[in-house]
Amino acid sequence: MTLFECEIDQEVKVISVEGIRKIRKRLIDMGITTNTKLKIIRKAPLGDPIEIKLRGYSLSLRMDDAKKIKVEKV
Amino acid sequence: MKQTVALVGNPNSGKTTLFNLLTGAKQHVGNWPGVTIEKKEGMFNYEEHEIKLVDLPGIYSMSTFSMEEIISRDFIMNEHPDLIINIVDGTNLERNLYLSLQLKELGLPMVIAINMIDELKNKHIDIDTKKLTKLLNTPVIGISAKNGEGVRDLVHSLIHETSTSEFKYDEVTEEHLNQIKKIVKEVKHDPTHEKFYAFKLLEDDELLIKQFNLNKEQLNRLNVIQESFKKSKSQNDIDMAAADTRYEVIENITKQCVTKEQNIKHITEKIDRLLLNKYLGIPMFFLILLVIFLITFGPIGEYFMGLIEGLIGIITENIIEILISLNTSNWLISLIEAIINGVGAILSFMPQIMLLFLFLSILEDSGYISRAAFLMDQLLRKIGLNGKAFIPMLMGLGCTVPALMATRVLETEDDKKMTMVLTPFMSCSARLPIYALIASVFFPKHKGLVIFSMYLLGLIVIIISGLILKKFVFKNSGSTFILELPPYRLPSLRNTVMHMWEKAKGFLTKAGTVILLGSIVLWLFTNFNFSLEMIDNPEESIIGVIGKAMTWIFIPTGFASWEAVISLITGFIAKESVVSSMAVVYGANTVTSLNQILMTKFTSVEAYAFMTFALLYSPCIAAVGTLYKESNSAKFTLKSVLFQSLVAWIAATLVNVIGSLLFM
Repeated sequence: MTLFECEIDQEVKVISVEGIRKIRKRLIDMGITTNTKLKIIRKAPLGDPIEIKLRGYSLSLRMDDAKKIKVEKV
Repeated sequence: MKQTVALVGNPNSGKTTLFNLLTGAKQHVGNWPGVTIEKKEGMFNYEEHEIKLVDLPGIYSMSTFSMEEIISRDFIMNEHPDLIINIVDGTNLERNLYLSLQLKELGLPMVIAINMIDELKNKHIDIDTKKLTKLLNTPVIGISAKNGEGVRDLVHSLIHETSTSEFKYDEVTEEHLNQIKKIVKEVKHDPTHEKFYAFKLLEDDELLIKQFNLNKEQLNRLNVIQESFKKSKSQNDIDMAAADTRYEVIENITKQCVTKEQNIKHITEKIDRLLLNKYLGIPMFFLILLVIFLITFGPIGEYFMGLIEGLIGIITENIIEILISLNTSNWLISLIEAIINGVGAILSFMPQIMLLFLFLSILEDSGYISRAAFLMDQLLRKIGLNGKAFIPMLMGLGCTVPALMATRVLETEDDKKMTMVLTPFMSCSARLPIYALIASVFFPKHKGLVIFSMYLLGLIVIIISGLILKKFVFKNSGSTFILELPPYRLPSLRNTVMHMWEKAKGFLTKAGTVILLGSIVLWLFTNFNFSLEMIDNPEESIIGVIGKAMTWIFIPTGFASWEAVISLITGFIAKESVVSSMAVVYGANTVTSLNQILMTKFTSVEAYAFMTFALLYSPCIAAVGTLYKESNSAKFTLKSVLFQSLVAWIAATLVNVIGSLLFM
């Protein structure tokens, strides 16, 4: 499944990141690498973007980007 | 000895705070990623060493996917700093060390500064810097750039303890890197940065491959090594294989060096539960804005504005009286009056601008500004803007000049340019006198409503123009919203005041020089004809002739008199002068006589069309100058101004045509 389909507060780990290289590389550089544990903290009031927590910090990204992040349940 | 030291680190890790502390500079800092957009240099001395410190824009990685990364990487690769200070946010160690490992590959003497140790204590996080020093094979010093703790040790270590020591990855990775180093040696005889180049080639760094101009055989060899590397790491993607290698090392290191107490709810999470709440988040956001605007444009701001206006009035009167008593010729008095009026109009807005910057600085330093963008992104995306565009738009209600400066918040060039084109449509406070005059003459019963309708019209035009530009000009599909939400921090008083003062000073000097020059030119053009003779009838002046030559443009808009055209032209120098110019060209001596003259010159519909045009057409010269400075493109500046003027003309024509059909 992708991060897009995850529930809030559901802990998942990363399998892979897809999409065009520029954005994929940025997401990977930000620490979204294989086996990284992360979870969605909240969605913005209008549903997009989302705030995720990983490696002890908060990152916000759009739902379009979340669709590119393949994850599995921990 | 002279040495160049590069200050490198993640965005929002405290580089500029440390830079200001070491060099005594007053560069702007804030609590959001990306405050520094260009490199800055400063000097300081330590023992016998003369050190040139270069503050580079914050980067997450040594790749080349953003402007900041390119600036920082180019500096390190081309200008060869002698030493590197890698500043690391201790509260966010894992992601920050990702850059540190890449910097280490450069083989330059480096020291790692773990910043925010004061905050770490509060968060009950302990970092073993001795162990980190050993594991990273690099001196690591804990500091607090905010209060200066550990900074002396850092500089001492920088000068005396740094070396070109190497950090070794796992055997498999090192083996692959060694194979690529052979390729690097073939194209580059200088062994500097060898490991860095090798790893970048392993990562398939497009820019470096192009730069090295590898031949087919070398590319094939590289490809084989990359495939073998992916296989050994059980990865399909080379970017992931490389990043994963580094992050695995980091996880291993932090596991040994960082101890934190689990399950502590941090203050940031508590605040965000309220400020980013599903139902309360957006209302809270508008409430915060409302408070800022009530204070800035309400009684408090206006009180200060009145004070300055009064002061300018007194100074002007006295200067004129002195000049008269000295038997100064009339033309000189008239010129000096023009200068004082032009500059004074800008000066009177200083208090409001400073108040706005005070609030903006608080929003920035606290960390809320990233959240505001987070809240607004979805709404603004619909018209092709990024969430972050809200900040400059908002400031545009005060003055377009600082608003355009605030477009630096935006990352991608398209997002930034789109925001710069649309921001001037937010009605700045200098346009208010125009509405106030016309509304009171033509719509005395609905004055408030008519003025409010102008602000609303500005918003509607932004939405429509946004949709049009999104469809035809900025087909920006690359816009993303990958943004770090930093922890909330208490704004420091020193920083806030310094920020406000620096902005005010910059605004004064820059806008002041432009306005001063503009006022002189305007005076010359309204007082001389093309034969350069001084004249009394402004209709014969240079600007009068130009005005008459341009009236045909305004036939569809309804207000095709040369007087109206001249007023609008002078509005280009400063919007406030539209009203004062009208008084001059219509030959009105008092406010009541101006009102009576206007009644005979305009119909209500034409007057509303005139207001519409005044709201939307080219921003004033100071704003255009800022537009040029921020975009660094004369072509873009010209296009924006033409677009805004065209929109104004179309909107005014629509008002005139539709209004005439409805009311005539």
